[in-house]
Amino acid sequence: MQKSLHIDPGKCTGCLQCEMACSYENTGMFNPSRSRIKVFDFHHEGRKVPYTCTQCTEAWCLNACPVEAIKLDQATGAKVVLEAVCVGCKVCTIACPFGTINYSRDSGKVQKCDLCGGDPACATACPTGAITYVDADWTGLERMRQWAQKTDAAAHL
Amino acid sequence: MAWTRKILRVNLTQGSCVSEPLNMAWAAQYLGQRGLASKYLVSEIDPGVDPLAPENKLIYATGPLTGTMASTGGRYSVVTKGPLTGVIACSNSGGYFGAELKFAGWDMIIIEGRSPQPVYLHIENEHAELLPAGELWGRTVWETEAMLRQRHQDPLLRVSSIGRAGENLVLFAAIVNDLHRAAGRSGVGAVMGSKNLKAVAVRGTRGVGNVADPKAFMAAVTAGKKVLAENAVTGQGLPTYGTQVLMNVINEMGASPTRNHRDVQFEGARRISAEAMHEKRATDGRTHLVTNQACFGCTIACGRISRIDESHFSVDNKPQYWGANGGLEYEAAWALGNANGVDDLEALQYANLLCNEDGMDPISFGATVGAVMELYELGVLSKEEIGLEAPFGSAAALCRLAEMTARGEGFGTIIGQGSKRLCARYGRPELSMTVKGQEFPAYDGRALQGMGLAYATSNRGACHLRGYMVSSEVFGIPVKTDPRETAGKPELLKAFQDATAAVDSSGLCVFTTFAWTMNDIQPQIQAACGGDWSLESLLQTGERIWNLERDFNLAAGITARDDTLPPRLLNEPCKTGASQGMVAELGKMLPEYYSLRGWSPDGVPTADTRARLGL
Repeated sequence: MQKSLHIDPGKCTGCLQCEMACSYENTGMFNPSRSRIKVFDFHHEGRKVPYTCTQCTEAWCLNACPVEAIKLDQATGAKVVLEAVCVGCKVCTIACPFGTINYSRDSGKVQKCDLCGGDPACATACPTGAITYVDADWTGLERMRQWAQKTDAAAHL
Repeated sequence: MAWTRKILRVNLTQGSCVSEPLNMAWAAQYLGQRGLASKYLVSEIDPGVDPLAPENKLIYATGPLTGTMASTGGRYSVVTKGPLTGVIACSNSGGYFGAELKFAGWDMIIIEGRSPQPVYLHIENEHAELLPAGELWGRTVWETEAMLRQRHQDPLLRVSSIGRAGENLVLFAAIVNDLHRAAGRSGVGAVMGSKNLKAVAVRGTRGVGNVADPKAFMAAVTAGKKVLAENAVTGQGLPTYGTQVLMNVINEMGASPTRNHRDVQFEGARRISAEAMHEKRATDGRTHLVTNQACFGCTIACGRISRIDESHFSVDNKPQYWGANGGLEYEAAWALGNANGVDDLEALQYANLLCNEDGMDPISFGATVGAVMELYELGVLSKEEIGLEAPFGSAAALCRLAEMTARGEGFGTIIGQGSKRLCARYGRPELSMTVKGQEFPAYDGRALQGMGLAYATSNRGACHLRGYMVSSEVFGIPVKTDPRETAGKPELLKAFQDATAAVDSSGLCVFTTFAWTMNDIQPQIQAACGGDWSLESLLQTGERIWNLERDFNLAAGITARDDTLPPRLLNEPCKTGASQGMVAELGKMLPEYYSLRGWSPDGVPTADTRARLGL
């Protein structure tokens, strides 16, 4: 089964455990500035939203890369940056409509979510279930279930 | 090792920012944050210094677990000599600022002297500089954060600043970061204001990558998070209701100081409780509470995000307050509510917003208003003197006095001196509900005997966070004790105080201890720090810190006579509740407490005690 990251902003508390887990997994350090997932705080709306790459099927970043440094991981569906190939031209950061691939000054390469090879650290670290890793064909299953539960509930009161 | 091993020393008089190595021998004895910053402070300042003089120092300090994945590992403390109390001040804050400071590569900032003009400190990793704050002076905390992000074109900048209360030297001014997280107590914001330092703005991208044993650390952290998630208080109560979960519980047992401690139960408590925050309002059909919020790294998420009722009189034509914003936690709700007899939830939230916006401690502010209202009802203070009618229960007076105090207007400048000075000024010092000049928080020392002792002996004046006996006396954590009983309390309090001093020095939040014991905390510190951080070593560190603080306070002029409670708590019994008829039996506990501490009958650590603790 192919899985994808599924984000439920309503459950996010803004603790940034995901950002730390991501940076620790990828750099060995606790460093949110190197995280590939970011939590945004829309403070006066009382909303927090974790945001990262959704692994587009027709990936703009992959198609824009002039040196073919972004490859599809067949097993996970992730679009993965090959650091050894990347030349740091940043064209992919222009191509991505969502801003989820970014240049890193430290490495001179771009970085993006690679789903940690199929076991995303952010989802494991999230304490509230705001970030889950679920069946890619059924990311809406839990929301469907919640609505299904409400449907016709009045008849049983 | 988890420490960055670097201190930033900022001399405001000279305008210099210099990096120096952290004293690792001291780190091994005092861990970090509260303990380590206190060690630096007492080693560098004259205990007799005027807290608002340039010779006082202000220390921002992170702990070794700050900026790590340990749950709640985002705390920082501000340590200085407190202007409200004249003793050591150590105020602890969450939010995101502390972790950012650590990510920039600094364990601590030691701030000295006084700048000739208003300045702010800008830190981007190893680069630190003082910049003019002329346009920022006179601005609120909220404006300051926005203006600094704009000026530096950096939306990820984290800011810790003072509002107008700190500038105006309100003696209970707070330092606020991330809009509504505060190093709240003892007037640390006034010290910052006295130094002409408006803000510290930090961007850190270096991260924390030097934990001693990463594998063991991650295992301990994961185990700790599981304990927090499965505990009823940290896994359900606090995320759902926040600390406000306490409002009805404490009130029902008759331990909720009401109307300047005249009563111990507030008839309006239900209307300002966590439960009320969850109910839909009649006016707009919305709930007061919007959602909960976590501080950095915290898997509990007790923070409240609330939305004030736009139709409430306090925010009429003030759209800047209408959005979701930092909400009431228990201490603020109590101090603005019960202490004044005000049961208008929206009014409390307005006063709370002003405390956040201009940097004031809502506990000391609310409790001082309680004293004002009692003096008003006694006829000592007149409408003309105050500028308005201020009977107990007046939401309008509470809101207006919050504005006046935050902005330094009229009678607000007198409230800004705190209740000890205010009551003395009007010839009724006995009506100040304070210890060592600091106002009580939300538990009555008559109804909870252990808390009475905790208040009397706290090293920063009346405080619930130096030894939270409520945990045992109300919740039975780690053991249930009878709140009306004095026996056994000195020993239990000493254990609480020492353990708390260690937790406050680690970078973790003390709220974890609703679920965690030192057995859960110790492996996280050990794996992060290396060296000897056994349970025994940690607890001795806590005891060392407690005695270090005590020695400083004694040198600052405190004596055993200051380890007391206001006459009202010692002589006027609880009128209602489970402890009806009881007063605080301090005399039954204090001598034993001194003895258990290894102090003389005068409350002075003996030579043996100092030697044992390496002081």
